[in-house]
Amino acid sequence: MAIESSVLDGVLVVRMRGDLDHHAVERIRDEIERELRATGYRALVLSFRDIDFMDSSGLGLILGRYRSVTQHGGRLALCEVGEPLRRLFELSGILKIVSVYESEEAAIRAVKEA
Amino acid sequence: MDRDKSMPAAGNYMRLQFPSRSENESLARVAVAAFAAQLDPTLEQLTELKTAVSEAVTNAIIHGYEDGEGEVRISCSLHEGAIEIVVEDDGRGIEDIDLARQPMYTSRPDLERSGMGLTIMESFVDELAIDSAPGRGTRVRMRKHIAPVMAQ
Ligand SMILES: Nc1ncnc2c1ncn2[C@@H]1O[C@H](COP(=O)(O)OP(=O)(O)OP(=O)(O)O)[C@@H](O)[C@H]1O
Ligand SMILES: [Mg+2]
Repeated sequence: MAIESSVLDGVLVVRMRGDLDHHAVERIRDEIERELRATGYRALVLSFRDIDFMDSSGLGLILGRYRSVTQHGGRLALCEVGEPLRRLFELSGILKIVSVYESEEAAIRAVKEA
Repeated sequence: MDRDKSMPAAGNYMRLQFPSRSENESLARVAVAAFAAQLDPTLEQLTELKTAVSEAVTNAIIHGYEDGEGEVRISCSLHEGAIEIVVEDDGRGIEDIDLARQPMYTSRPDLERSGMGLTIMESFVDELAIDSAPGRGTRVRMRKHIAPVMAQ
């Protein structure tokens, strides 16, 4: 698991790569939180483009970041969720809480408007 | 490579045991997926199997052995187009299995768990049976139908 983050117009964009399981989440959670703190928890986009596998640990990561961002009045959006992950997203009910966008640009636009 | 698809792989089995370290979660998924490949699963079925195994193994590691390291054991067997997977730990066990199976129930919200693991397993396999004894351990048995049943 590797993550690559950048800040675009005050929006923290985190691209994750590999398998998003318990092992991976334990390694990247603090790193994402650190970057959120540095950018004032304003807006976070999580990109799933390069995620090949995800289980409930990934759901926990999303919900946890949703909590920390919204607690600070910020916004979260997800993007590029591939076919293998779709059923997990639907099953979990997470789509009722967080929006998923087709592209990173659309997700960035969505968290900036508000 | 050309396999004779008229030969059902029934009777074949595989066992795996490892310490409850999180780096072994991917090993467990990959091993079970490779074993299941004999039944010619679709990509979707493979994803479902890997996810269910990942949930069971993660539960053994974070809940079963929450106070330290122990052994996780997996056994897989093939039965006429179906795969059976058993994931076992000798950890703390589950006091109330019905409660544990409820969607969104988690005993560890502090670890950012969301209580969806057993619900995911239930929906990704055809049968899910849980045996557990507090203080002794947990045994999760899953069965998933993969290939059409072939005439002998
Ligand atoms: N192998 C196990 N040993 C001990 N307790 C377990 C085991 N598996 C599950 N449990 C108990 O059952 C509960 C529900 O499990 P489930 O996998 O559905 O949710 P979770 O692991 O808490 O969260 P998530 O899977 O969404 O990360 C757990 O919180 C835990 O209390
Ligand atoms: Mg779980």
